[in-house]
Amino acid sequence: MDATAQPAPAARHERSRFLAVQFEDMAAQLATGKLGIWLFLANEVLFFSALFVSYGVYRSHHPELFRYASQFLDWRMGATNTIVLISSSLAAAWSVRAAQLGNQRTLIRSLVLTVVLAATFMVVKYFEYSHKLHNGVGWGTACNPSPELLASLPAAVRAIPVPAHLGTFFSLYYLMTGLHGIHVLVGIGLYVWLIVRARRGDFGPGYYGPVDAVALYWHLVDLVWIFLFPLLYLI
Amino acid sequence: MSTAAVAVRAPAHETGSYLEHGRGVRSWLFTLDHKRIGIMYLVAISACLLLGGVFALVLRMHLWSPQGALVSNDAYNKLFTLHGAVMIFLFIIPGIPAALGNFVLPLQLGAKDLAFPRVNLLSFWLFVAGAIFFLVVLVVGGVDTGWTLYPPYSLESARGLGILLALSAVVLTGFSSILTGVNFIATIHRMRPPGMGWFDMPLFLWALYATGVIQIISTPVLGITAAMGFLERIFHLGLFMPEYGGDPILFQHFFWFYSHPAVYIMILPAMGVVSEVVSVFSRKPIFGYRFIAVSSMAIAIIGFLVWGHHMFVSGQSRWASLAFSFLTMLVSIPSAIKTFNWIATMYKGAIVLKTPMVYVLTFFAIFGVGGLTGLFLGLLATDVPLHDTYFVVAHFHFVMVGAVMIAFLAGLHYWWPKMTGRMYHEGVGVASAWLVFLGFNLTFVPQFLAGVLGMPRRYATYAPQFTAHNRLSTVGAFVLALGLVVALAGLLHSLRRGRRAPPNPWGAASLEWTIASPPTHHNFDETPRARGPYDYSGLHEVSEDAGWVREEGR
Repeated sequence: MDATAQPAPAARHERSRFLAVQFEDMAAQLATGKLGIWLFLANEVLFFSALFVSYGVYRSHHPELFRYASQFLDWRMGATNTIVLISSSLAAAWSVRAAQLGNQRTLIRSLVLTVVLAATFMVVKYFEYSHKLHNGVGWGTACNPSPELLASLPAAVRAIPVPAHLGTFFSLYYLMTGLHGIHVLVGIGLYVWLIVRARRGDFGPGYYGPVDAVALYWHLVDLVWIFLFPLLYLI
Repeated sequence: MSTAAVAVRAPAHETGSYLEHGRGVRSWLFTLDHKRIGIMYLVAISACLLLGGVFALVLRMHLWSPQGALVSNDAYNKLFTLHGAVMIFLFIIPGIPAALGNFVLPLQLGAKDLAFPRVNLLSFWLFVAGAIFFLVVLVVGGVDTGWTLYPPYSLESARGLGILLALSAVVLTGFSSILTGVNFIATIHRMRPPGMGWFDMPLFLWALYATGVIQIISTPVLGITAAMGFLERIFHLGLFMPEYGGDPILFQHFFWFYSHPAVYIMILPAMGVVSEVVSVFSRKPIFGYRFIAVSSMAIAIIGFLVWGHHMFVSGQSRWASLAFSFLTMLVSIPSAIKTFNWIATMYKGAIVLKTPMVYVLTFFAIFGVGGLTGLFLGLLATDVPLHDTYFVVAHFHFVMVGAVMIAFLAGLHYWWPKMTGRMYHEGVGVASAWLVFLGFNLTFVPQFLAGVLGMPRRYATYAPQFTAHNRLSTVGAFVLALGLVVALAGLLHSLRRGRRAPPNPWGAASLEWTIASPPTHHNFDETPRARGPYDYSGLHEVSEDAGWVREEGR
C-alpha cells in the first residue's frame, strides 16, 4: 500500500465495469486477486498433503508392497500424461501473456489448446482406470487382480506371492489420482468459462485477472501430477 | 447494488444505514455486504450456541446422580458427541472471526468491503449447509463416537448414516472457515488505508490475520481426512481401519494436525477482542503493541507443532512425545506475553467498568487458570494420570468457554452499538457478566477437583464419591445458562428500546468508530487517513447521546 492519500477515484477517471467497488483501481484489484488465489493454492497443497503423508507412512511400513503394486501401473501412460499436462501448462502460461498483450486471437487459441490437452489427459486416465477395474484392481478390499493380469506381469514379479492388503496401495492410487482428476475437471470447466469470456472480448491489458488466476491454479494441478507420476509409477 | 466485478456506480455520498439498504429476505440472504453477512453469521452461531447449550444442560442434569438421572447411556454418548461437535465446529471456530470479524475487519481498515465479497457469501452458505448436516445427524439417530470421531470405533461397518453426515458437515464447515481466512488475509494485506502500516493496525486485525494463516494451512488437512474417513467407511480402503490394513493412529495425527491449531483459531480472535477492549476501557494506549502483535503470529506458528500432545498415550514414540511436550510449553510464552501486556495496559489507567471490560476482566482470571492447567497436561509426567479425566474437560472448557466465549460476549457488547445503532442496558450487561463468571466457575472448578481424583470423562455414570462435585457443576451450568439468557435478553431488548448509539460511544480511536452507528452501506465515502488505533489524544466525551469526539490540540 502506498502511504499517500488518493483523491476519490471518480475524480480521476471513469471506472472500468470490471472494477469491483471496494478497490481503488485495477492494479489494486489484480494484486488482491492474485494474493487470494495464492492463498487458495496454499490450502490446496495442504489438501493434498494428507494423501502424500499417508503414502509416505504406508510406503515406509510396507516398501515391498509398494514395489509390487507399482508393477500394475503402466509407466508409458503416466509419462504420456505428464507430457500432455506440462504442455497444457505451457498453453496456459501463453494465454496469460496473450491477454496481457491484448492479442485476442492467440488468447483464444491458447485457451482452447489448454482445454484440449486437459481433456486428452482425462481420456488417458479413463483408459487407465477402466483397464484396472476391468481386471479386478479396485481399491481397498475390492482389489483382487484377475489371473490374466497377474500372468501379464514380468517373471520376476510373478514369482512373488500377492502381498496382503494390496488394496491399500490402490486406495492411495485412486484417491490421489482421483482427487487430482477432479481438479483437472474443475480446471476444464474454468477454461471453458474463460473461453466464453474471451470470445466476448472481456480480456485485455487492462483486465486479465481471471486468466492469470486460473492459470496459477492450473500450474498447481500440473505440479501435483509431477509429484504423483514418479511416486506411483516409477517405484 | 452489487459489489461484483460488474459494478454499478455508487452515489458519492449516501445516507441511511446498511440495515435500510435494500429490503426483504432476499436482500439479506444474497447480500454481498460484509456487515449483513456478519449479522447473519451472528444469528446462525448464536442459534448453534443455544443448541449446544441445551445439549450441555441435558448432560449436566443427567449427571445429577451417580447412576445417571435422565437419559439412557447410549443417548448420553450421543449427547456429549453432538454437544462437542456443534459447539466446536458451529460456534467457537466461526464465532468471533466470522461474526464479529466479518463486521469489523473492513471497518477497521477504512475499506468499503472485504476483498472478495462473493467468496464471503459462499463461506456463509457453506457454514449453513454444514449446520444443516449436523441437524440431520440428530434426526437420523446421532453419533456416539465423541467429537473426535476416532477410528476404528467411528468407522465400524455397523454404523449408519450419522457418521457419514457428520464427516460431510466437517468438510463443509471446514471450507467455510478456509474461505473466511483467505478473505481476511487478502483484505488485511491489500486494503489497508494510507497511514496504516503493519504496526499501525488495531490488534484485532493482527489476531484475525494470524487466525487466517491457521485457517488456510490446517483446515484442508481436516477436510481431506474427513473425506478419507467417509470413503473408508463405505469402501473399506484400508487407510484407517486395522482390519483392512490401515492405521488408526494416522487418523489421530491428521485430526489433531487440524484440531490443535483449531483451538488457536478460537483463542486468537478472542485475544484480539481483549486487546481492543482493555485499551479503550483503560483509556490508555495498549502496552507492548509490537509484542502483542508478534505474539499472535508466534502462537499461530508454534501452534502447528504441538498436535502430538493429544496423543501422549495413543502409541507415539517417547521421543515424539518429548518433543511435542517441549513445543507445547513454548506456546505458553507468547500467551503469557499477551497477558502481561494487557495487565500492564490497565496499570495506572482510568479503568471504566462497562460491560465489555467486566467480561474482559473475567477473561483474565479464567484464561490464567485455563492456560496454567494446560501446562499440567502438556507435561508428560502429569498428563498420563490426568489423561481422559474431568481435569482435561475442565481445562479445555476454561479456555474455550471461559476465555473464548467470554471474549465473544465482550466483543459483542463492545461492537453492538456499531452493529445495531442501539445502546444496550449497562446494568443488565454487567449483571450478565457476573452471572456468567460465577456460573462458569461453579461449573468447572469442581470438575478440576473430580478429575484430579480420577473421575474419567465420557462416562454416563460415575462413582458415588463424585456426587457433590457433579451437583455443584450442574447448578453452575444453570447459573451460566441464566447469565447467557440475561445477556441475550438485554441485547434483544435494546433493539427496540435502547438509546440511539452515537458514532463513538466508548471513546475508541480505531476507524470503525469514526463513522455513523450503524454504518452506511459502503461504510466510508472516501478512504480515510488512518492514525494510531490507540491514540486517544484529543478525544473527550461531549455527552452520553453525542458520544466522544476528537478535537485536535485539547
